[in-house]
Amino acid sequence: MSKQYQFKLVLLGESAVGKSSLVLRFVKDQFDDYRESTIGAAFLTQTVTLDDGSTVKFEIWDTAGQERYKSLAPMYYRNANCAVVVYDITQAASLEKARSWIRELQRQADPSIVIALCGNKSDLAARRQVSQEEAKKYADEEGLMWGETSAKTGEGVADIFTAIAKKLPQTAPPSARGAAGRPGASGRTGVDLNKQPAGANSQNEPCAC
Amino acid sequence: MDEEYDVIVLGTGLTECILSGLLSVDGKKVLHMDRNDYYGGDSASLNLTQLYRKFRQDQTPPAELGRDRDYAVDLIPKFIIASGELTRILVHTDVIRYLEFKQISGSYVYRDGKISKVPSTEMEAVKSPLMGLFEKRRAKKFFEFLQGWKDEDPSTHQGINLDKDNMKTVYEKFGLEPGTQDFIGHAMALYLDDSYKTKPAREAYERIVLYTSSMARYGKSPYIYPLYGLGELPQAFARLSAIYGGTYMLDKPIDEIITDAEGKFVGVRSGEETVKAKQVIGDPSYFGAGQSTEDGKVRVVEEGKVVRAICILKHPIPGTDDADSAQIIIPQNQVGRKNDIYIAMVSSTHNVCAKDVYIAIVSTIVETDRPEQEIAPGLQLLGTIYDKFVSVSPLFTPTTTGETDNIFITRSYDATSHFETVVDEVHNVWKRVTGKDLVLKKREVEVEA
Repeated sequence: MSKQYQFKLVLLGESAVGKSSLVLRFVKDQFDDYRESTIGAAFLTQTVTLDDGSTVKFEIWDTAGQERYKSLAPMYYRNANCAVVVYDITQAASLEKARSWIRELQRQADPSIVIALCGNKSDLAARRQVSQEEAKKYADEEGLMWGETSAKTGEGVADIFTAIAKKLPQTAPPSARGAAGRPGASGRTGVDLNKQPAGANSQNEPCAC
Repeated sequence: MDEEYDVIVLGTGLTECILSGLLSVDGKKVLHMDRNDYYGGDSASLNLTQLYRKFRQDQTPPAELGRDRDYAVDLIPKFIIASGELTRILVHTDVIRYLEFKQISGSYVYRDGKISKVPSTEMEAVKSPLMGLFEKRRAKKFFEFLQGWKDEDPSTHQGINLDKDNMKTVYEKFGLEPGTQDFIGHAMALYLDDSYKTKPAREAYERIVLYTSSMARYGKSPYIYPLYGLGELPQAFARLSAIYGGTYMLDKPIDEIITDAEGKFVGVRSGEETVKAKQVIGDPSYFGAGQSTEDGKVRVVEEGKVVRAICILKHPIPGTDDADSAQIIIPQNQVGRKNDIYIAMVSSTHNVCAKDVYIAIVSTIVETDRPEQEIAPGLQLLGTIYDKFVSVSPLFTPTTTGETDNIFITRSYDATSHFETVVDEVHNVWKRVTGKDLVLKKREVEVEA
C-alpha cells in the first residue's frame, strides 16, 4: 500500500507579496488580480502525489494578516513541518523581510523544519529588483530550498510545493513528528471534541457511588 | 492606525479573544490590541523566561529546569469541562482545528487528611473509601433520582420541586451524611462554598448533570485540557478573529481611553497615535484596575481576591497513583474555611513543561490578610516543592454595563475550576455590545481540492 503523509505548512512574508494568491493557485488553480488582504481563507489543504505513489497532504496555514504588526501567535509556528517564505521579486525590501522571517522561524519553529524561499511575481520580470543569483546564494548559505513562482500564471507554483513534498518524508517520519502530533482531521492522538457523548445524558451514569 | 473601527478590543485574554472572534465572524471591523508582546493577558501561558520576568525580575530560570520553549505555565488554573459551553463554542466556531486536547487523568477530593479519587466507573465507586456501604446505597438512590428527573413527568419528582425546594431539603430527603453532601456539592457540583444549600436545587441539579455527563464523555475525569497550555485558547480565537478580518497589534501600550463631553467612548491613544471606534471592549487592567481613571471615573471595583501559587514539582502528587494530571478539591468544611482550596496539576504529557516536571497551581478565594497561609493545606499535599510563585489577584467587576458610554469592561477570571463562568461572561458582554443574544453559527470555510 502506498504511504500517506500529512504535514503542516506555514506561509510567511511581507504583506502583499502574494502569499494567499500563491496558495489559491496551488489549491484551487485560481488567481484574482484584485485580491483583498486575507479574509476568510482559514484552512486549506492540498494533496501532492509523488512518483512512488505516496501522497503528501499539506495542511496550509495562512497568516490571516497577523504578520502585519508582528502579532503572529506561537501557535502558528507550533508543529509546522515546512514553511514557504515569500518575497516579491519586484521589491528588494521584501527579500530583507523574508530574511527576518527566516530568522524568526529558526528561533521559534522546530529545528528540523523544511524552509523554502519563494520569489513570487516572476511574470513581472521586467520590473525585477531581486536577481535570481542573489536569492539563490542566500538560500544556499542558509540551507533553504529556493524557487521563483508566478501565482498569476501558475509558473513554478506546483514545482515548489512538490519539491517540498519530496524533501519532507525523508527528513520527517510522520509518525514521530508534528503532523501526527497535531493533524487536521484524522489521526488525532488526543480526545475528539466532535465525538458525541456515548450516552448523551442517559444511561452512562459514571458515579454510581 | 488612522482607520476607524466598529470595535476596539483591549487585552487578549480568553474572554476578549472569544468576543473578538465572534464579532469578526459577525462582520464587525475589529482592532484588537494588547500591551504585552504575548497573547493571553491574565489567561496566558508563559515560558520560563516570561514566568521569571513576571515574578522574579532579578533572577534567570535555573538551567536544570530545561529548555525555555518546553514550558507553557498557565497563570490561571482552569480545566475545560467536557460537556460544557466552552466545548460547544470551540466546536461551533471550528476553532478546535487549531488545538489538540487530552484528558485530565483524575479528579480527587480531600477528606479526613487524605485524598481519594472521585469515582469515574461503577467499579471505582464500589471500591471508593469515600462512603460506607449503607451511605453508598443512599447515594445511589439520590443519583438515580437526579438521572431520572424529567421536568414534564411529575412521577419522577418524588415530591421534590427543584425550583422551590432547596438543596438541603433534597439531601435530607435521601438521608445523605454531611461528608457525602460535601462530596456532591463541592467535588461534583463544584460549588466553592456552602451557600448553594439554601437556594433552589435546580442549579445544583444542573451542575451535577454537567459533571456526570462530562465524566461519561471521555472516561477518566470530566475535564479536558489543550496541549501546550490554556494560552492556546486565546491564540486560537484570535486566529479566528484575524481570519475574519480582525487586525492584531501586540506590544502596544494603551495610554488613554478618549471620551467625549458626555463621557461616551471616542477612541484610544497609544503614544502619538489615536484610533477611533464606535465601541470598546477590554479587561479591567485597561480601565483603571480599581483606581479612578484620568477622567475621574472609577470604572471597575474589586469584589474579592484570589490567591494562586504556581508550584514546580519534580514528582507527581503523592496519593494520585502517579497521575500525569489531576484536580484536587479540598472542601472548605474539611479545613475550617468558607471557600474551597483547589489544586490543578498538569505535566509534560500536556506539553507544558520538561519531562519529569509537574506544574501544580493551588488557589482559593482570600478570606484573611495572610493569603499564603490559607493555601497551606493544599501546598502540604504536594510533597517537596522545587519552586513556587505566589500571587494575589483582585477580582474586578465593572461599575456600569457600558450601554450608555460604549465602554464594555469584562470581569476578572474567578476561582472556579473550569471556564463556564467565562462563557457566561462572553454571552453577557455580547448582549450588552450588540443588543442581541449570542447565537452560534456553524463556520463553513474549508477549501479542499
